[in-house]
Amino acid sequence: MPIPAQALRHKYLRHNKKFPHVWCPGCGNGIVMGALLRAIYRLDIDQDDIVLASGIGCSGRMPTYLDFNTLHTTHGRALTFATGVKLARPELNVVAIMGDGDATAIGGNHFIHAARRNLNLTAIIINNSIYGMTGGQYSPTTPFGSKSTTSVYGHIEHAFSIAELAVTAGASFVARATVYHADLVDRLIEQAIKKRGFAVVEVISNCHVQYGRRNKLGGAVDMLKSFKEQAVTVSRAEKMKPEELEGKTTIGVLADRDLPISTEEYKKVRSQARATKERV
Amino acid sequence: MNAEQKNQERYEIRFSGSGGQGLITAAVVFAEAVGVYDGKYVCQTQSYGPEARGGKSKAEVVISSSPIDYPKALELDLLLAMNQAACDAYFYDLKQNGILIVDSGLVEQYPTSRIIAIPFTDIAKDEIGRGLVANMVALGAVGLLSGQVDLTNLEKALLDRVPRGTEEMNSKALQRGIEEARKINLDDLPRSIMSDDDEV
Amino acid sequence: MYDHGQQRHLLQGNEAIVQGALTAGCRFFAGYPITPASEIAEQLSNELPAVDGTFIQMEDEIASMGAIIGASLSGVKSMTATSGPGFSLMQENLGFACVAEVPCVIVNVMRGGPSTGLPTSPAQGDVQMARWGTHGDHPIVVLAVSTVMDSFTITIKAFNIAEKYRIPVILLSDEVVAHTRECVELPDKSEVKVIDRIRPSVPPDWYKPYEGDARGVSPMASFGDGYRHHVTGLIHDVMGFPTQQPREVEDFHLRMAKKISRGFPDIQMTKGFYLDDADFFIVAYGAVARSALRAVQDAREAGFKAGLLQLITLFPFPRRAVTPLLQQCRSVLIPEMNMGQISREVQRVNQGACNVVKYNRVDGKFITPREIYDQLIKL
Repeated sequence: MPIPAQALRHKYLRHNKKFPHVWCPGCGNGIVMGALLRAIYRLDIDQDDIVLASGIGCSGRMPTYLDFNTLHTTHGRALTFATGVKLARPELNVVAIMGDGDATAIGGNHFIHAARRNLNLTAIIINNSIYGMTGGQYSPTTPFGSKSTTSVYGHIEHAFSIAELAVTAGASFVARATVYHADLVDRLIEQAIKKRGFAVVEVISNCHVQYGRRNKLGGAVDMLKSFKEQAVTVSRAEKMKPEELEGKTTIGVLADRDLPISTEEYKKVRSQARATKERV
Repeated sequence: MNAEQKNQERYEIRFSGSGGQGLITAAVVFAEAVGVYDGKYVCQTQSYGPEARGGKSKAEVVISSSPIDYPKALELDLLLAMNQAACDAYFYDLKQNGILIVDSGLVEQYPTSRIIAIPFTDIAKDEIGRGLVANMVALGAVGLLSGQVDLTNLEKALLDRVPRGTEEMNSKALQRGIEEARKINLDDLPRSIMSDDDEV
Repeated sequence: MYDHGQQRHLLQGNEAIVQGALTAGCRFFAGYPITPASEIAEQLSNELPAVDGTFIQMEDEIASMGAIIGASLSGVKSMTATSGPGFSLMQENLGFACVAEVPCVIVNVMRGGPSTGLPTSPAQGDVQMARWGTHGDHPIVVLAVSTVMDSFTITIKAFNIAEKYRIPVILLSDEVVAHTRECVELPDKSEVKVIDRIRPSVPPDWYKPYEGDARGVSPMASFGDGYRHHVTGLIHDVMGFPTQQPREVEDFHLRMAKKISRGFPDIQMTKGFYLDDADFFIVAYGAVARSALRAVQDAREAGFKAGLLQLITLFPFPRRAVTPLLQQCRSVLIPEMNMGQISREVQRVNQGACNVVKYNRVDGKFITPREIYDQLIKL
């Protein structure tokens, strides 16, 4: 059943001060924000029980607009704050929203360790291949050869595949979609929040202003169309040869596995510690 | 001078030797006995890091009837040296009429005739069956000769700190050290660590 | 001499910090191993789970600082402990704790620096860094311990100040205090004053998380308690939302300063020894205060009218305690294991009233009473 957009707006947006938002017209961040709200609506989680943490960058502003417990942290550190929140109040649903530079450059170490540690957290990474807010410098996901304000002669480094990185680092659930596939983003975020363990959703998004323009990729609509063309589902990708997958983006669930969760394991540590102290 | 008088309220012991001889443990047990059980003021410190590896390691105990300001030793009343390097390095920190105790099996050259030499390691190996507890044999001797600790409390503190199952061995080692030290009459030692010629 | 009893313990300074933290109600610790602070993490990893608290070893000190802020925002008293190199990494999120007014305690067991420096040697080189390490103008509270008992009581005080004023508090220890074992009598928990943050009593709709009461401090809601407020590192208005309006920005800064300055009598702690008739005095803190006390006692016995002002609070600099002594005495000696980080504060408040003499040692060695005595009698 479709969710009435107005109900979402009334329920989840902060109306007291914080609009209009900072995002450019056509920005994919709004699609991700909508998907997140629809997922939360469908899961029927109490707003008081959600903590939304972010880092710095365009994505970092998202919590400001939303009526949850919101935490706008320092650059790259959203997951470290989220870790503290989750350990202190394990019953809360903690979602970290990050950008590509945020999560995999300055916060790269926190990201892989959060995945390895496997706390019951959800990480949503909006990957637009560029540092948008600071003016279009290259990020860890800027493709080889691309132009940015710090690679005017073409980028000479190679891009991270964020979802694959998360799989290798040990996350319980890893998925990827693009902002063109808004319905899929909805469903993946819903699955990620429900998943017990560290869950990552990478959403490929468009920064037509800082990235698309410099690389002649057109406007927002053109970029969304190209996402559609490049996307290959996980099941189809499995049947394709590596050379056929060149330039494609695999979308869907890349990993879904049940691993011990550190908050659960820590309960055991607590009872062991209590038992030891009582014996002494 | 007054500073000198002040220092006499303090009693300062240094346990020294090489890393791994258990000197910090000995010092901690001593401090616990004096502080927790005897109820005196006590400060226990030790050398850390690279300083403590290899050649010489030290752990100190400062005892006083009043609160202790400076926590480390200023002038030693008693020096235990469990190897030659420590004996050579720290001998000069002793007070003139301080007590020098060495492991006679490990220290060959004595810097003074005012010295108490007991083969702690040999006793531990031959009589207790574990060279490892040489520190506790030495602790017993230091306990008795310093006259700063109730020996029953010293044993209590020892039993609190050592791993379960090793209590008997450790307490036997301690008692052997005490026994060995009883054979020493401090009054028979030369009066000062320096010869008359050294005195200015 | 102490009374006999089972309440006495032989503890290292680092262990006493752990006991102080637990007594103050600390139930969350995040840290990263570093000499000479690691004992604090090791002990808390053992103790916290037994009291339903949480210990976590993070991937670095940046993450550790982030995690304790997250936990504190969720209503749990939190702490981290480190030494110079880790303290450098913590500065970024320490600034966040300042701007978002998140109570927490950061222990820095000082060792020789800069950089990797002298990992196992005592030093006091991080004093001004504790004051100004994170960027931007901000008040901050920095305390220093000099004995094992201090390590217990001042840790409790650090938590109390953090909770009462909603601020991060920095506790400076040093390698000497951290690793010295002393016998301490830990007071019964019922005798210890523990302060908890004030929580909002108004309904969520009325809650203004950064409005400030008469003291400039706002009640603090925890995540998950139904108040759904916004916390940000951006300068924010009384609702917590980012603002660039000059009036709101200025109000924010002035309230930050006000809440600390109103708290001066409570926050600024010093101890005086032999000061009443002193002709000259020493200003010292940390382990060096111990050497200084002995030097002063020796000088008194030699007939010199010397005194000691021991600083427990380094920042906000306790000028109310220092200034009258600068008027009273001819000279002041400031021995430090750095090139003169507190002596510059003394000089700042002195304004020519008194002869200010520094004594500095930066060779990784602890300053002895003898050295201070020799300087003292020259005054």
